[in-house]
Amino acid sequence: MPVATIDGAPVWRHRTSRQSLLIWFGWLCLVALFVFCWQVMTRDTIWAFVEDAPRQAADIGSRMFPPRWSYIERLLLPLWDTLNIATLGTVLGIIIAVPIAFLAARNTTPSTLIVRPIALFIIVASRSINSLIWALLLVSIIGPGVLAGVIAIGLRSIGFVAKLLYEAIEEIDEKQVEAVRSTGASGAQVIDYAIVPQVLPAFFGIAVFRWDINIRESTILGLVGAGGIGLQLQASLNVLAWPQVTMIFVVILATVVISEWVSAKVRHAII
Amino acid sequence: MTTTTPRVWRRPPILIQDKRWRIAIYGGLVLYLIAAMASIEVDWVRVYTGLERGWRFVQGFLQPDFTSRWSDISQGLVESLTMTVTSTVVGVIISIPIGIGAARNLAPLPVYAVCRAIIALSRALQEIIIAILFVAMFGFGPFAGFLTLSFATIGFLAKLLAEDIEDIDARQVEAVRATGASWWQLVNYGVQPQVMPRLIGLSLYRLDINFRESAVIGIVGAGGIGATLNTAIDRYEFDSAGAILLIIIAIVMVAEYGSSTVRKWVQ
Repeated sequence: MPVATIDGAPVWRHRTSRQSLLIWFGWLCLVALFVFCWQVMTRDTIWAFVEDAPRQAADIGSRMFPPRWSYIERLLLPLWDTLNIATLGTVLGIIIAVPIAFLAARNTTPSTLIVRPIALFIIVASRSINSLIWALLLVSIIGPGVLAGVIAIGLRSIGFVAKLLYEAIEEIDEKQVEAVRSTGASGAQVIDYAIVPQVLPAFFGIAVFRWDINIRESTILGLVGAGGIGLQLQASLNVLAWPQVTMIFVVILATVVISEWVSAKVRHAII
Repeated sequence: MTTTTPRVWRRPPILIQDKRWRIAIYGGLVLYLIAAMASIEVDWVRVYTGLERGWRFVQGFLQPDFTSRWSDISQGLVESLTMTVTSTVVGVIISIPIGIGAARNLAPLPVYAVCRAIIALSRALQEIIIAILFVAMFGFGPFAGFLTLSFATIGFLAKLLAEDIEDIDARQVEAVRATGASWWQLVNYGVQPQVMPRLIGLSLYRLDINFRESAVIGIVGAGGIGATLNTAIDRYEFDSAGAILLIIIAIVMVAEYGSSTVRKWVQ
């Protein structure tokens, strides 16, 4: 217990001098890094614009209200597209992610030396690139439209689903696998009867969770031309039709809240 | 004499026990998927002509060109990295009081309601939408991106911190309170030591997320590597785009590996 002696009497202290000094030094480094980054970042900032921001905010705010409620008629079809992008993208992502998860899990991979690192790289690559970037690429490759959005969402979902699923596979009870194997089951039968039933609840949970995230992400994919309600957002922003923008925000917000509620209910029912 | 049993074991249904419900739900799902796929309009000629470009992208990814646009790439990277660090620090500093305020065992009801409302607002709006608004208000450049990421950090971190504070061991708090500690001392000696390891872990995780997001918000004008990437793709310079994507993947991998090491060391 660190004790300091003040006026000849021992007094309890939280940390030893050495610890306090080290912690103080750590904080100093952090503050220095922050100040340095701040200065580099704001080198090109035009402060006149920043000072002007409250006025701009008030201006945009006054233009945004009231929302143009009648615009919702034009939003229903894009909303249907958005739902389809999210659902079909999730399905596509899952179809690709399941085999990758089995290749990446330490207890089911055919080779830890070659196959597993490749599978893990696919997972990291898919996870580190946002669906909006995938959409940007795909729009320039296969043209604007819903298909680019579906593929973008699918590619992004692979990493998320595969990562959580392979962690679930690695945590299964090996005794059940042993029991099924001892009946003379083949490799595919072991996976079918011993591994799949154990990871299935986790799998459904992951799928619904990802679907919920995908709804969120697919609402903005249209900003780069990949279909859905984002296309309307981009069009309205381009002509500075702020009441329409507000209306789109309201619709997006409602969709996100509803999908979150649905996914919470479904996960609660499964698990 | 052996009699063969006519019964064959069948696997029980996985999720829905009632047969009628099972048929109805699965049938509904299949019908929806068919309707959804039918509503996708695909211009196959456009897809076919695009395949050549797709092949060029794959080639660009395998043979990335780091040099010819290096000045743009490095500037975008510096913007992204500085934006990430500053926004994470500011976001964490703001989200600590909000997180404490949103924990029911520390804050009175009015404070709790206000803090939870702030968290809900920050979580409901996506980064891109916030970025659009901030770019319109503060002008183009990394400052708008910094504000966006700070705002998004608040919702994420304050929520998880509040849940963590609500889950702490109440006996330690009780013991500190029994010594006659004030509210501040209670937070400092009873709560903070219990949540600190997780707070550090979450901050590092958020740093990682903020870098990934900083690559995206550039698309709507909020600075960073995303703007450079957007330009490269618009010019069909897939080899430069491949280089940028590889750099992003590498940094995310390093950040993920580093933060998991630090988290293990902290706990």
